[in-house]
Amino acid sequence: MLSIKNLCASVDGKAILNGINLEVYAGEVHAIMGPNGSGKSTLAHILSGRDGYTVSDGEVHYFGQNLLDLETEERAHSGVFLAMQYPVELPGVNNMTFLRESMNAIRKARGEAEIDAVSFMKQVRHRAKQVKLDEKLLKRSVNAGFSGGEKKRNEILQMMMLEPQLAILDETDSGLDIDALRTVADGVNLLRSPDRALIVVTHYQRLLDYIEPDFVHVLASGRIIRSGGKELALELEEKGYEWLQEGAAA
Amino acid sequence: METLIRSDYAEGFVTQIESDTLPPGLDESVIRTISSRKQEPEWMLEKRLAAYQYWLKMQEPNWATIRHTPIDFNGISYYSSPKKKPQLDSLDEVDPELLATYEKLGIPLDEQKALAGVAVDAVFDSVSVATTFRESLAEAGVIFCSMSEAVREYPALVQQYMGTVVPHKDNFFAALNSAVFSDGTFVYIPRGVKCPMELSTYFRINEVNTGQFERTLIIAEEGSQVSYLEGCTAPMRDENQLHAAVVELVALEDAKIKYSTVQNWYPGDNQGRGGIYNFVTKRGDCRGDRSHISWTQVETGSAVTWKYPSCILRGKNSVGEFYSVAVTKGLQQADTGTKMIHIGENSRSTIVSKGISAMQGSNAYRGLVRVAAKAENARNHTQCDSLLIGDQCAAHTFPYIEVKNPTARVEHEATTSKVSEDQLFYCRQRGLTEENAVSMIINGFCKEVFKELPMEFAVEAQKLLAVSLEGAVG
Repeated sequence: MLSIKNLCASVDGKAILNGINLEVYAGEVHAIMGPNGSGKSTLAHILSGRDGYTVSDGEVHYFGQNLLDLETEERAHSGVFLAMQYPVELPGVNNMTFLRESMNAIRKARGEAEIDAVSFMKQVRHRAKQVKLDEKLLKRSVNAGFSGGEKKRNEILQMMMLEPQLAILDETDSGLDIDALRTVADGVNLLRSPDRALIVVTHYQRLLDYIEPDFVHVLASGRIIRSGGKELALELEEKGYEWLQEGAAA
Repeated sequence: METLIRSDYAEGFVTQIESDTLPPGLDESVIRTISSRKQEPEWMLEKRLAAYQYWLKMQEPNWATIRHTPIDFNGISYYSSPKKKPQLDSLDEVDPELLATYEKLGIPLDEQKALAGVAVDAVFDSVSVATTFRESLAEAGVIFCSMSEAVREYPALVQQYMGTVVPHKDNFFAALNSAVFSDGTFVYIPRGVKCPMELSTYFRINEVNTGQFERTLIIAEEGSQVSYLEGCTAPMRDENQLHAAVVELVALEDAKIKYSTVQNWYPGDNQGRGGIYNFVTKRGDCRGDRSHISWTQVETGSAVTWKYPSCILRGKNSVGEFYSVAVTKGLQQADTGTKMIHIGENSRSTIVSKGISAMQGSNAYRGLVRVAAKAENARNHTQCDSLLIGDQCAAHTFPYIEVKNPTARVEHEATTSKVSEDQLFYCRQRGLTEENAVSMIINGFCKEVFKELPMEFAVEAQKLLAVSLEGAVG
């Protein structure tokens, strides 16, 4: 589904990614771990089409097409979803309206009919219950005045509604207490399916207790320095990142 | 002698193929001509001449944060009317070409409008050509007609109220308007009557180089209610067009007037050439106790906007409201706001102003809240928000607060925000185009004002904003 080859990227002339290689197939869950500043979020941003990064080398193919050639919204239309580390507030924009507009924009781009109001309402209520998001928040402005946990739940709600092919979760666990973490993870697990892939970017192993990855990759200085199964995450939890980084440097 | 001059002018009047237009220039004889072509009574001419004499001694104001090429007041033609026509009895008599123009502007000036419950008094250039639904309004006792007609048919009312809210000495542009006003709308709602439909007037500037000097007067008698809508479009022009309207509202005891405007005049080309200069004096007088005047405006057009719809809260427990969205982009400049003058006890006012600046647009909010010594327990709340799009635009806020009574409570809140890269990325990541994202954020920003507009106008206003900010981002 997703094939990243030797991806190198910089911000304001500063190299952040130095040759990332990653193959993701449908049905898989990949965890990307690493210390602060290792380039985890940059990778998530570049895949989802955020401006401000210069890709100096490498390729990213998504279902056979060059992902980096697509506009941000085109990537969304073709099923790329990013759950943000810091979900943005949109004052005055109704949360449900936003979600519906978003769904319809994606449907329209795919040549599908718009969702009718009744089934939308039914679906959104059902999903909100699953992520334990207070229904009142559906009627408020997008993320405006939401707590950290509410914002993250709202991201997962959007993800569930939009049913992406490739979902990227950028530090979704940051700032969550254990209950919220579990709810968010439950939501993500509901979305696991043979035709969907997930990339979970996280600093801590904690989230991976609830979202069990098929693969764990450790990112340091813009490179994947170690890949393994879910046991790698446990090893990291025990030993920290330093032993790997020292190993890589040597 | 006077008659001689007047008749001379009438004969010398050049009838062009499409319309009658006075040659550019302003002097007493021009005013006499305007008055005579409108078959006005003597007292109206006297008022005009007095205003003209006063105007001659006045200076054009220069305190607003706007810059424009000087206006040549002698380069403007002060009267233009569509082909001379006899008074019309029905729409069938209206020139089909005029009707086609209205069609293009999306003004359904026909019986369908009756079903929609809206009466339209359409102003084409300076003369009203058709007024609909007069009869059903007449049943309710409502007078809704052109100002010229009101001067002839209801002279007592016009004489009693015209110039009592905005006297000709008020300001430079009001004086000019008082001297040369071409036409406009007159509304009278009798005591206790709730006007059975929304009253709506569409203005359109059509003739090259013809200043538009509309004059509107709305009188709401005790316990009456009326909602009035005003909407405008204008075609592209190369020369700057001056528009200096005067609107006067009078609300007596327990009366309520709601005045809504959507203004989308030609803002000029990319170099700022040819846009309309809009210098407007709008003022409402809450003359009676518990009277209520509400202004709502959505301003997206004009090269220069200078406009401060105001309320004089004379009555006890009277209420004044001002809801405004002003958009400037390209080289557009707007200096707009309101004045709330609290005189009556327990008078209350609310100001919600939303300024949006994009590209090189400049937007200034200028608002005065004055609480007079006698105005016990006056209340004001002002919310003044600016939204910036891009990094070359400007937003200014000039709140003036004068309080002479210690029991007053005056609140002023102001915010400035930007449509951020983060917001745009967020929306686009969710599949929305940048333009959709911007229009969504803008509509969110303006919601408080849009909800004050009548339903169909709110939809129109949203579309208008989307269209006018097209391409303003990125």
